Amino acid sequence: MTLGPILGVLFDGFAYGMLLFLLSVGLSVTLGMMNFVNLAHCAFAMLGGYVTVTLTRTFGWPFLATLPLAFLAAAVASVAFERTLYRRLYRAAELDQVLLTIGLTFMSVAAAAYFFGTVVQPVETPSYLRGSIDIMGMTVGRYRLFLVVTGLLVALLLLLTLDSTRFGATVRAAVDNQRMARGLGINVESWFAVTFALGSGLAGLGGALAIEIVGLDPHFAFTYLVYVLIVVSVGGLGSISGSFAAAVVIGISDMIGKYYFPALGSFLIYLVMVAVLMWRPTGLFGRR
Amino acid sequence: MTASAGATLEPNSHLKARAQWHPLEIAFWLSTLLPFVLFPHHLVLASQIAITALFALSLDLILGYAGIVSLGHAAFFGLGAYTAGIVSKYGWTEPLLGLLIAPAVAGLAGYASSFIIARFSHLTLIMITLGLGVLLHEAANRAEWLTGGSDGLQGVRIGPLLGTFRFDLYGYTAYAYSLTVLFLVFLLMRRLINSPFGLALRGIRENRTRMPAIGAPSHAHIRKIYTIAAMIAGIAGAVLAHTTSTVSLGVLDFQRSAEVLIILVLGGAGRIYGGLVGAIIFMVARDQFSGIAPQYWYFWIGALLVTVVMLLPNGILGGAAALTRRWRGLTP
Repeated sequence: MTLGPILGVLFDGFAYGMLLFLLSVGLSVTLGMMNFVNLAHCAFAMLGGYVTVTLTRTFGWPFLATLPLAFLAAAVASVAFERTLYRRLYRAAELDQVLLTIGLTFMSVAAAAYFFGTVVQPVETPSYLRGSIDIMGMTVGRYRLFLVVTGLLVALLLLLTLDSTRFGATVRAAVDNQRMARGLGINVESWFAVTFALGSGLAGLGGALAIEIVGLDPHFAFTYLVYVLIVVSVGGLGSISGSFAAAVVIGISDMIGKYYFPALGSFLIYLVMVAVLMWRPTGLFGRR
Repeated sequence: MTASAGATLEPNSHLKARAQWHPLEIAFWLSTLLPFVLFPHHLVLASQIAITALFALSLDLILGYAGIVSLGHAAFFGLGAYTAGIVSKYGWTEPLLGLLIAPAVAGLAGYASSFIIARFSHLTLIMITLGLGVLLHEAANRAEWLTGGSDGLQGVRIGPLLGTFRFDLYGYTAYAYSLTVLFLVFLLMRRLINSPFGLALRGIRENRTRMPAIGAPSHAHIRKIYTIAAMIAGIAGAVLAHTTSTVSLGVLDFQRSAEVLIILVLGGAGRIYGGLVGAIIFMVARDQFSGIAPQYWYFWIGALLVTVVMLLPNGILGGAAALTRRWRGLTP
């Protein structure tokens, strides 16, 4: 038995993990910053997906050109909701936040079904992202390679921003100790709105990139919510590297489960999640 | 008269006052008999409402009183339904037998998982209940030899209740049966929450770490109430299996866990009638709306949720209570 197929599965799992990372990193940071449980996060991802589908199909835009707009649309929509609804519940009980955002998710699912129908939407990718290439004897899907590169770039960019800019320092301060940050004159609310928009934008980008791999239908907002929550709770709140590690672990275990133990189905990732949470209730990298 | 003096002399007087039956409560339970006369064609729906209300009551015990947010409560409902279905499939067709075994199985599972539940809180707890629920759903899906997998359990045969009352097409027996079970469980639950134990649970909801300091062991109490809630959910599942003669994977769905949470919050969590009122409104609305446009039913559910959270933080019953207080305050 050669290593080729195993490496191929690992690579696919890694690419899938990058997708999960894009979808979940925003939720992780906003949860860590404001402790706001935003279950509508994947609804914003779905919005990004539909923006890309509409632009490529109805207006004939090239796939890559739609990605910034998917990011922007999700970011703008999320800030609109944050300013009008979310901010009233920052001090409310967790249950209320869960219910509000589940309610919004239900509405988004029905709205997507109303505008786009319940069929799975395909997306037209450019020819240079189709097919596969050989790297060191390993056959690699071009689109998956593109996903890996994008995911790594975003992760690097986020880590650099968080580590060495003023904005990053502010966000870290707010995540670590919100009251202390307020005491230092940081306007946590407005920085939170910016972070929230950024995180939802990344989710929108993830949603647009996910179509090629998993398709897009109105139930996206719920199906991927479960995966995203798993990544966030395993990775620990407010940690970018934690989300990255967790997304890779979950992506690879899901892919291994699908290839080698099809009888187990999605068993494996839930098992990984429950096991990790029992071992470390705050997640792999969480401190609280 | 001596109410104020009694409060200092007798520690239980507060609980005793709460345990009094209000005339509105008696009116409510009498009105549950009305469907037999007024809506004889909707008795099947009425029995569904009673079962959902029972399920919501069980969630209220842990969510409303002990403050444990669970997104996997359907696990126990499904365990009860499958147990009742499997028991009847292998020849024990008397429903009352299934009604005894189902809560035993669900209760055992609840007791086993309660050790995990008691250790966690917040998002971790939500995720663990969700994960355990999904794991059980997946297990039932895989164990085709036992559950029939995604085809549902085949060959469920429910005998006549007590050997005499057949489950008819119009749902007379079904509604009478589910309403009786609901009322009996309700009586038990009313007794439970108006006991010192029920009071301790509310204390745990407000502050889990302080309760042990005044002599109420939080972990032990959470384990107890979680087991009891699992048993009641199991009973609700069993009644569903008995009245519909079918058990499918849907009883374990995440959707069912989310729906019962919505129902409870809509009615008002932490109020004994919250689950009942929520179930009536939710089920009747779904019955009406899904006739018009089934896909868009969830839009209105979502809108309802957003409205309830933003405007009525304590559910419909909480809003009604606030209105009554205000009205009384204005007209002394």
